[in-house]
Amino acid sequence: MKNRIRDLRTAKGMTQEDLAEIIGVSRQTINAIEKEKFDPSLPTAFKMAQLFELPIEQIFLFEI
Amino acid sequence: MKLERNKRVKKLAVWTWSWVATMAIATFGPEFIWDGHPFLTAFAIIVNLANGILMILANRDLFNHFDELEKKIHLESMAISLGLAVVVGLTFSLLDQQNLIPFDADIGFLVMFIGITYLVSMLINTRRYK
Repeated sequence: MKNRIRDLRTAKGMTQEDLAEIIGVSRQTINAIEKEKFDPSLPTAFKMAQLFELPIEQIFLFEI
Repeated sequence: MKLERNKRVKKLAVWTWSWVATMAIATFGPEFIWDGHPFLTAFAIIVNLANGILMILANRDLFNHFDELEKKIHLESMAISLGLAVVVGLTFSLLDQQNLIPFDADIGFLVMFIGITYLVSMLINTRRYK
């Protein structure tokens, strides 16, 4: 699944470590999500949507 | 989060080391410390078992503290280790039964094999998600 996490994070001036701390996951997990190697769980996706004040579908782009 | 993690890792380390120590006492104690006294031997084995259960609980506590990616990595590694342990363990046992290996299929070999496969699986899985 594609996502815009890296762009949104850098636009807010946050490091991966900062984002990981806020969301409650490890920095490695944020890195894996940004590199699209790992799809986050629904609660994590909702936390990110809340943080970036965007609907989930504008952050995560589902492609078949 | 890191402080909580470190606390759990330390707790697991303490229980693991004490389990290894009580295992050593239960193994060598009857011969070198208390001269085969059956009550002390049984007591040492029970203490080792109780210590092992506490070690498992500490491990579960740490696992429940992992985030979703860490849980996935550990679960995949455990699945591979368990599968290999069953398949290779039984093959090893068959080889021993048919006298195709020059030594006994001791449980220690299986424990070592599980440890090594878990470690290798963890390394490979961690690299996959880097």
